[in-house]
Amino acid sequence: MTQTVIDFVPIWMLILGFGVFYYVLFDGFDLGVGILYGFAPGLEARNLVMNSIAPIWDGNETWLVLGGVGLFAAFPLAFAIIIPAVYFPILVMLLALVFRGVAFEFRYRDVAHMTFWDHAFCYGSAIATFAQGIVLGAFIQGFEVDGRQFSGGSLDCFTPFSIFTGVALLFGYGLLGAGWLVLKTQGALQDWARRHGRWCFIGVIVAIAVVSVWTPLMRAEIARRWFTWPNIAFLSPVPILTLLLAYWEWRSLNNRSEVAPFIGGMCLFLLAYIGIAISLWPMIVPYRFTLWEAASSPSTQAFLLVGTLFLLPIILMYTGWSYWVFRGKVRAELGYH
Amino acid sequence: MSLDPVLLSRLQFVWVIAWHILLPAFTVGSASYIAVLEGLSLVTGREIYFRLSSFWIRIFAVSFGMGVVSGIVMPFQFGTNWSRFSDATANVISPLLAYEGLTAFFLESAFLGVLLFGRKLVPRWAHFIAALMVAAGTLLSSFWILATNSWMQTPVGYEILDGRFFPKDWTQIVFNPSFPYRLAHTVVAFYVTTGFVVLGVAAYYLRRRRFLEEGRLMVSMTLWLLTILVPGQILLGDLHGLNTLEYQPAKLAAIEAHWQTGSRVPLILFAIPDEARATNRDVLEIPVLGSLVLTHDPNGTVRGLKDWPADQWPPVAIPFFAFRVMVGIGLLMLALIAASWWLRLHDRLFAAGWFLRCCELASPLGFIAVLAGWVTTEVGRQPWTVYGLMRTAASVSPSLTGADVLASFIGYGVVYLVMFSAGLFFMARLVRQGPAETGEGEAPIESGRPDRPVRALPSEAEPEVESGRAS
Ligand code: HDD
Ligand code: HEM
Ligand code: HEM
Repeated sequence: MTQTVIDFVPIWMLILGFGVFYYVLFDGFDLGVGILYGFAPGLEARNLVMNSIAPIWDGNETWLVLGGVGLFAAFPLAFAIIIPAVYFPILVMLLALVFRGVAFEFRYRDVAHMTFWDHAFCYGSAIATFAQGIVLGAFIQGFEVDGRQFSGGSLDCFTPFSIFTGVALLFGYGLLGAGWLVLKTQGALQDWARRHGRWCFIGVIVAIAVVSVWTPLMRAEIARRWFTWPNIAFLSPVPILTLLLAYWEWRSLNNRSEVAPFIGGMCLFLLAYIGIAISLWPMIVPYRFTLWEAASSPSTQAFLLVGTLFLLPIILMYTGWSYWVFRGKVRAELGYH
Repeated sequence: MSLDPVLLSRLQFVWVIAWHILLPAFTVGSASYIAVLEGLSLVTGREIYFRLSSFWIRIFAVSFGMGVVSGIVMPFQFGTNWSRFSDATANVISPLLAYEGLTAFFLESAFLGVLLFGRKLVPRWAHFIAALMVAAGTLLSSFWILATNSWMQTPVGYEILDGRFFPKDWTQIVFNPSFPYRLAHTVVAFYVTTGFVVLGVAAYYLRRRRFLEEGRLMVSMTLWLLTILVPGQILLGDLHGLNTLEYQPAKLAAIEAHWQTGSRVPLILFAIPDEARATNRDVLEIPVLGSLVLTHDPNGTVRGLKDWPADQWPPVAIPFFAFRVMVGIGLLMLALIAASWWLRLHDRLFAAGWFLRCCELASPLGFIAVLAGWVTTEVGRQPWTVYGLMRTAASVSPSLTGADVLASFIGYGVVYLVMFSAGLFFMARLVRQGPAETGEGEAPIESGRPDRPVRALPSEAEPEVESGRAS
């Protein structure tokens, strides 16, 4: 094989890391809005809540495709091991996303069964979120591997820990969704979003605390990563920043600021994401294969990189523009009449 | 009875991809049709093009939504059920799939918003550009996914190390031998499919004496297009077949049900292939024509399946019959086009009730031909996923049990049946309501922003929604 001078792996790690994080934040808040939709007081509120994301959910979900295909392209060994290992969570997520995706349209086309599509939307969002949380938990726990293939059973991914992370993600996305709704709504509905945001916030903080204790107990590697000298000194800003942010987020959910709850929620996600990355680095199939071992061939990575570096900024530009078009508060007379 | 994860994974894959392909078969064609209508409306300024475009945009929106949700399922199939295939081929095919996402999916999803709601937000030419971009997105998507599929059919430009494929020459990989034929034949198939849908809808209006102006315009326009494309499609199909003869001779032998290698072989019109005894029953054939069609020489030699070991034979009956369904439909379409010319020359195109009735009945034919063509292609490729190199049985995820796949198959089965029948029903309702009655298709604008979000709905649903809200 040809010898290459440039190591593409770190570049692809950054691109994929960014793509997955973008997905988590953006589809995260719109799945969260879907979860909160189930608690919305009355038809008027439900219409507003749904309209706040109707123009953008489709673009957000496209990042899921990019995440999946990006993993396949940059780290195919991880794709080939992890995806079959989480067979059922992925299945359930996809089916839930189908229901939720068509509900946007069908709800208004089929007024006779509006309640059915309302449920499809809310349960679809919640179930997809829970399934993603299970994938996350299973990922942190690691997989049984034989050679280049997953060798465990399809139900192995359901453990107390992964079920816990599934529930945790419901609160997490709920918090992001509440932040979005505070930004996009006003008056009584905004107060309602703040109230639910506070409940989600409590759930998120409990979850972060529990996961921070549970993972080092579960995995000696993780305990060593965080608690040995000098790591502990270098890494201590992460938990400290998390605490400060949590305080700020709680305050902004209680005072009148409209942007802060959304930003605060996103920053909490960023810190949690960094925390997980620190725990697992440099593994992509945790505890088995590193990023370098799972990477595709340099020729593959180079061929795709040329186009990606050119296309990704353009995609981000027109995505930003589509958010700009739909800026401002959703109003009662806006949306589907 | 023990459950075989390989067989069930195959059935599941066929189920999800067959539903998915039906939507591009319509959206690729209708996106281009809408772009043409927008362009005509811009250039001629005639109001009717505007009305027609708004009408088809609404139907497009529903089918596009279903295309997206069924499409998101597809790449995950490679991971969940075909992980060994993914591990072996990723270095070669993954960038093609990734480029599909980067060039096509984002382009579509961004400009779709402007196409559906931007009429009053952007200048008319910009709206036309948006229509062009969405159409370009659907074509780019076809380009990349068919490059992927064609590489699996006729792999070149790779080397194999440790049982995995590595890229050697990207130009060869993308422009592999069967790709130009497959791309041309498939894209034309999508245009033909959409053409027959438009024709059928127009005939439906003409027969019921509604929207006469729109109906006539659609019939006449579409028949011009089909007059060029249907014969073209048959020609492309013939070329595609010759390409298959060269690169996948065993597949072609199955399509033609040839067991014995020989010269002056007949063209088999109908037969019951008997795989157990490697022969045909109840044969209806035309002598020598087989050699003539396939080698363009009456004495040409055509290889039969017995040239290969039996464990490398594809199933014979399925490609054999699927191919005949496709070709039969192609000939039917040609007959309908010929009839339309006879009527046009006698000035009775819009008056002949039987012809309009036939057009109505013909509207699903394209979809059936597309499915039949793909079944020919994919089943004929068996028992390989990468032709001649990687077996389907060696492609499946090793961790899956039959029960796992049965459960997921049932899940996809139930959900798709509910979703697709609901979607079809809503599209049929839009067609029944027709172009004029469904309003202008563009949303009222408030403070510079469209009033309806991406999934636009016709205003005729409003009274219903109002009453739904009141109750
Ligand atoms: C409107 C749809 C339609 C129509 C009328 C036809 N086809 Fe077709 N055909 C397709 C739609 C299609 C397709 C779905 O698009 C396929 C599947 C894979 C491909 O490349 O195109 C296909 C595949 C396909 C193949 C398989 C090639 C391979 O897999 O190796 C052959 C040999 C032909 N076609 C030949 C024909 C001929 C001789 C036709 C003359 C009547 C014809 N097709 C009409
Ligand atoms: C264009 C991209 C496509 C790719 C990458 C692809 C990939 C595959 C793979 C991996 C298999 C092997 C699994 C199996 O045997 O079931 C397969 C089989 C199959 N595919 Fe495709 N496919 C594509 C397009 C299509 C389309 C559009 C159809 C339309 C109906 C289709 C129909 C089938 C069928 C019928 C089989 C089953 C063959 C058998 O079971 O004997 N494929 N395809
Ligand atoms: C295994 C094969 C396939 C995979 C993995 C796949 C993947 C996908 C995905 C992920 C989407 C959703 C895009 C979004 O989020 O916006 C999609 C939509 C689409 N796909 Fe496929 N696809 C396959 C087969 C095909 C084939 C054979 C064609 C056409 C030749 C095709 C053409 C399209 C088009 C045009 C769309 C846009 C949506 C629409 O027009 O309905 N796909 N596909």
